[in-house]
Amino acid sequence: MLLSPALAISAVLFTLGVAGVLLRRNAIVIFMCVELMLNAVNLTFVALAQGLGVGGQVFVFFVMAVAAAEAAVGLAIILAVYRHKQSVSLQNMNLLKDG
Amino acid sequence: MTLTVFWIFGVIAMGSALLCITRKNPIACALWLVVTLFALAALFVLLDAQFIAVLQVLVYAGAIMVLFLFVIMLLNLGRPGPTDIKGPLGLLGATVLAGALLLLLRPLGEAPLPAGIQLPPGAVAALQQQRGIVGSVATPLFDTYLVPFEIASVLLLAAIVGAVVLAKRKL
Repeated sequence: MLLSPALAISAVLFTLGVAGVLLRRNAIVIFMCVELMLNAVNLTFVALAQGLGVGGQVFVFFVMAVAAAEAAVGLAIILAVYRHKQSVSLQNMNLLKDG
Repeated sequence: MTLTVFWIFGVIAMGSALLCITRKNPIACALWLVVTLFALAALFVLLDAQFIAVLQVLVYAGAIMVLFLFVIMLLNLGRPGPTDIKGPLGLLGATVLAGALLLLLRPLGEAPLPAGIQLPPGAVAALQQQRGIVGSVATPLFDTYLVPFEIASVLLLAAIVGAVVLAKRKL
C-alpha cells in the first residue's frame, strides 16, 4: 500500500514549500515555493483517490487550472512591480508601510 | 518492488525540493523545481493516475515553469548578485516553523480512512481497465463536476485578461 509513504512525502514537500516562502526574499522564488505546496497537495489528492474514488484525480485538474491562472496573474504583477521598483526583492515592497 | 521505486522517486522529489529552496540563483531554483515536478509525475504513475502524470509534465513542467523561466530571464535576474536568502535569524525561524508544521501534519498520515466510503483495493485500476485511463477521469469531469469545470474556464479567461491588463504598459 502506497498511501502512507505518499502522505509522508507530500507532508515533507509541503513543509519545504512553507520553509522556502519563509526563507527567501525573491518574489519569483517565493512564487515557485507556492507551486511546490500546490503540488504537495496534488500528491495527497492522487494518493487518496486510490482508496476513495477518482474524484480526487478530477480535483487535481482544478488545482492545476487555478495554479496556471495564479502563475499568469502573479507573474504579471511581479512584472508590473519590477517596472516601478527595478527589483523583485520583497524588502523593497514597502509601499503600505507607515513612514 | 513498487514501494522501492516509489521511495526512490519520493527521495528525488524531496531532495530536489530542498535544493530548490536553498539555491541562490533563481534559474537554478526553477530547474530543481522542474526535477521535483518530474519526480512527482513518476509518483502519480505509481499511484494509478497516468493521465494526471502526463498533464503534470505538460502543464506544470512544460507550461508553468517555462513561464517562470521566461520572466526570470526577461527581468535578467540570473546574473550573480547578493543572495536573497534571509540571515541566520530567518533560517532559524523558517526551520522552527517548518518543523512545527511537519509535527502537526504527522498525525494526518496515521489517521485511518473512513471505512464507509472506502473502495475495495484495486477499484480504481479496475475502473481504468473498464473505461480507459482518460475515460475514467473524463466521465466524472463532464458529469458530476460539470459546473466547476465551466467555472474553471471562466477563471482561466479572467486570468488571461488580468495578465494582459497587468503586464501591458499602456492599454
